Amino acid sequence: MSATLFVQQLINGISLGSLYALIAIGYTMVYGILRLINFAHGDLLMVAAYAALYGMLLFSLPWFISFPLAIIATGAIGILLDRAAYKPLRQAPRISLLISAIGASFLMENLALVLIGGVPKAFHRPNCFSHVIIIGGLHIPVLTIYSPLVTLLLVLGLLYIVFKTRAGKAMRAASRDFEATRLMGIDLDRIIALTFLLGSSLAAASGIMWAMKYPQINPFMGVLPGLKAFIAAVLGGIGNIVGAVLGGFLLGLFEILIVALLPDLAEYRDAFAFLLLIGVLLFRPTGIMGEPFIE
Amino acid sequence: MLRAEDLHVYYGGIHALKGISLRIDLGRIVSLIGANGAGKTTVFRVIVGLVKPRSGAVHFMGGEITRLSTHTIIQRGIAVSPEGRRIFGNLTVMENLELGAYNRTFAESKSGVEWVFSIFPRLSERQAQLAGTLSGGEQQMLAFARALMSRPKLVLLDEPSLGLAPLMVQEVFRAIEQINREGTTILLIEQNAVAALSIAHYGYVLETGAVVLEGTGMELLKDERVRKAYLGEE
Repeated sequence: MSATLFVQQLINGISLGSLYALIAIGYTMVYGILRLINFAHGDLLMVAAYAALYGMLLFSLPWFISFPLAIIATGAIGILLDRAAYKPLRQAPRISLLISAIGASFLMENLALVLIGGVPKAFHRPNCFSHVIIIGGLHIPVLTIYSPLVTLLLVLGLLYIVFKTRAGKAMRAASRDFEATRLMGIDLDRIIALTFLLGSSLAAASGIMWAMKYPQINPFMGVLPGLKAFIAAVLGGIGNIVGAVLGGFLLGLFEILIVALLPDLAEYRDAFAFLLLIGVLLFRPTGIMGEPFIE
Repeated sequence: MLRAEDLHVYYGGIHALKGISLRIDLGRIVSLIGANGAGKTTVFRVIVGLVKPRSGAVHFMGGEITRLSTHTIIQRGIAVSPEGRRIFGNLTVMENLELGAYNRTFAESKSGVEWVFSIFPRLSERQAQLAGTLSGGEQQMLAFARALMSRPKLVLLDEPSLGLAPLMVQEVFRAIEQINREGTTILLIEQNAVAALSIAHYGYVLETGAVVLEGTGMELLKDERVRKAYLGEE
């Protein structure tokens, strides 16, 4: 493989990884607080993509209004998901939560199937995201550069909220001890809602970028990226935000490099991602960043 | 200030509180003593709404709080230093304290920090450290200090001297009397019955979920049954 091609793949890997990273954060934050793998999380990508598309199609909104609105709407649906599927089960065994998560995932996918139909829709990519930069033999769509930049900004904003604000402190406290958190006079349900809001909004941002990258959207588009991001969260150390980001980027690079180095096995890239998951679970179940807490 | 009436609590089939009534008057130190499993901690949990009683009521500052959510009860001016400290080990000492003043303004939180540092100077030296790395005694102090951060009207202290070195125990009891003089009402659970009754204006003795004896701290200290059961006298 030539150096140019290698650099090209590196950039592609980082770009793909940034999308995984944004989704993985939501898994890891919800896990950090509820000890729940929120399997409906990936479907929020689909929600965001459709919301962004219909904002532009039905209401003729420009993208810079439609995208933020879609992110806010998806954040609200994340809170609704918690209220409807998880809040009634706060005292229940964790397996009930997990089953509820899977149910919520199926519900969202099939609801979309009924309401919108299964035929993939073309996602209208705004022109400003369609340029391709050509430098020294490298072909770089601007979107490929924007995604890691957007991810970086959002992650910095999130870290600020989690580590510097009062609500962020409450989130970290809740990840350690629910009851003691309530004894501080903190409304735990609001903190959990905030967790879902943040995680779902980040997934929404990722979903919109995903839809621009692969501009055919369908009700099941969130399933595979969701699962991959789950792998990324485990790889980084579930419960750890920085770990989730790291895991996302590593998984993106891993996938793209598998394809680049072993083109014959390119068809099996998803299988390799799951092999990686099995490997992590076998040899380092706490992931790269170790401890299962938001820290 | 706080009045609990005829509290009945069941844990599954176990009748944990069998009709407990008690009152705490403004400005007092009230002690609950009794063996493990007598229901002292359960009384705390009912007051702050972590356990809902099957029957009975809790009134605080003229309003009923029995069915309110924990965070609402705390916001009304009650704070807890819970059994087993329950500090947030993944946060710094300062962050733990700031969470204690979660519903206060930034300025109130700052002045609260100064106040608790004046009571527990050692915490000031440790403020940037992760709370999980503190010694047991320091963690106990932190739990106590964190409870004071909201400037509560009533503080519930569950075994604040548990596992402390004798010198630290003295320090904690000195602090309890100090904050009481400054106007905070205190409900104290203690294994150390002598110390607890010595500083208490009033005390209740609990046995298997019921109040078997009550009186001023002095009366209870002199009571033969108390001396036998809790002060280790024959």
